[in-house]
Amino acid sequence: MQATHTLNGAGAAPVFYDDGSHHPQQGTLLGFWIYLMSDLLIFAALFATFAVLGRSYAAGPSGADLFDLKLVAINTALLLFSSITYGFAMIGAQQGSKKLVLGWLAITGLLGLAFVGVELYEFAHLIHEGANWQRSAFLSSFFALVSTHGLHVSFGIIWLVVLMVQVGKLGLTVENKRRLMCLSMFWHFLDLVWIGVFTFVYLMGVL
Amino acid sequence: MGAQNHGHDDHGHHDDPLAEYHVSYKGYIVGFLLAAILTIIPFWLVMAKVLPADMTKLIILVFAAVQIVVHMVYFLHMNGKVESGWSMLSLIFTVVFVAIILAGTVWVMYHMNINMMPVHDMNSMR
Repeated sequence: MQATHTLNGAGAAPVFYDDGSHHPQQGTLLGFWIYLMSDLLIFAALFATFAVLGRSYAAGPSGADLFDLKLVAINTALLLFSSITYGFAMIGAQQGSKKLVLGWLAITGLLGLAFVGVELYEFAHLIHEGANWQRSAFLSSFFALVSTHGLHVSFGIIWLVVLMVQVGKLGLTVENKRRLMCLSMFWHFLDLVWIGVFTFVYLMGVL
Repeated sequence: MGAQNHGHDDHGHHDDPLAEYHVSYKGYIVGFLLAAILTIIPFWLVMAKVLPADMTKLIILVFAAVQIVVHMVYFLHMNGKVESGWSMLSLIFTVVFVAIILAGTVWVMYHMNINMMPVHDMNSMR
């Protein structure tokens, strides 16, 4: 009786915990975020491996002997610029401008390609000097970590091109905006992992 | 983006996956400038050999940690409210997990290396 009185008394509307506020309409973005978290675990394992093996040179070259920080700085700049150009593509999507989205995505893709190109040049140079992944535990863990990141960027570029075709054909539909959002998270996440790589592998490697 | 902003008339929300993430030129440019500063300083410290190596190591690790937070906030639009907080929850879980992996691995392997070193006088093991 007490409860009924409280609910209906004085004409007060019943109070529900569900206030009609947002709940995810579909789990894609959250699911994709959780995929990225699993990716973070992969990179954490590779970083941990590098932390253990990164100073085991087996009388071979060390990071100080091998790394060209100017090249790494260029690569870092390329990836950071590609992050902001992807951001501009997202703003284009928010404004509903297909032209802006395609233009900024193209620039982002080219910056990504330049990043992968510089990285492949670096790898080729290292291997040419005999500093391949079989030389020492340090180089094994170096190539495992850095090339896993490079591989992610490469697949990101393939995804980006596919998405440009889809946006070009179908326009900025809800589905395409969702895909753009997922790739946005992926792309920025790779930039985030690169912070760990350039700090932990390259900068600390030469110290 | 709090619950109070989402009335029943907020129909556009259900159609547009971008609605929850209010991206703006200002946000991206602020994030980019912060990230650029937080990148240039560590590179400069290392390349110009400004400080002793140990101090430089400590400083660049702090800069990296700060820059990761900057990227999270300005580029990944991470806060406690997107996806009703589930993104943040999964992030915190993963970060704790990663901290345990990294700290645990380094700690175990460091002690193993120490204890596996050739010991000439076995009495010193006691």
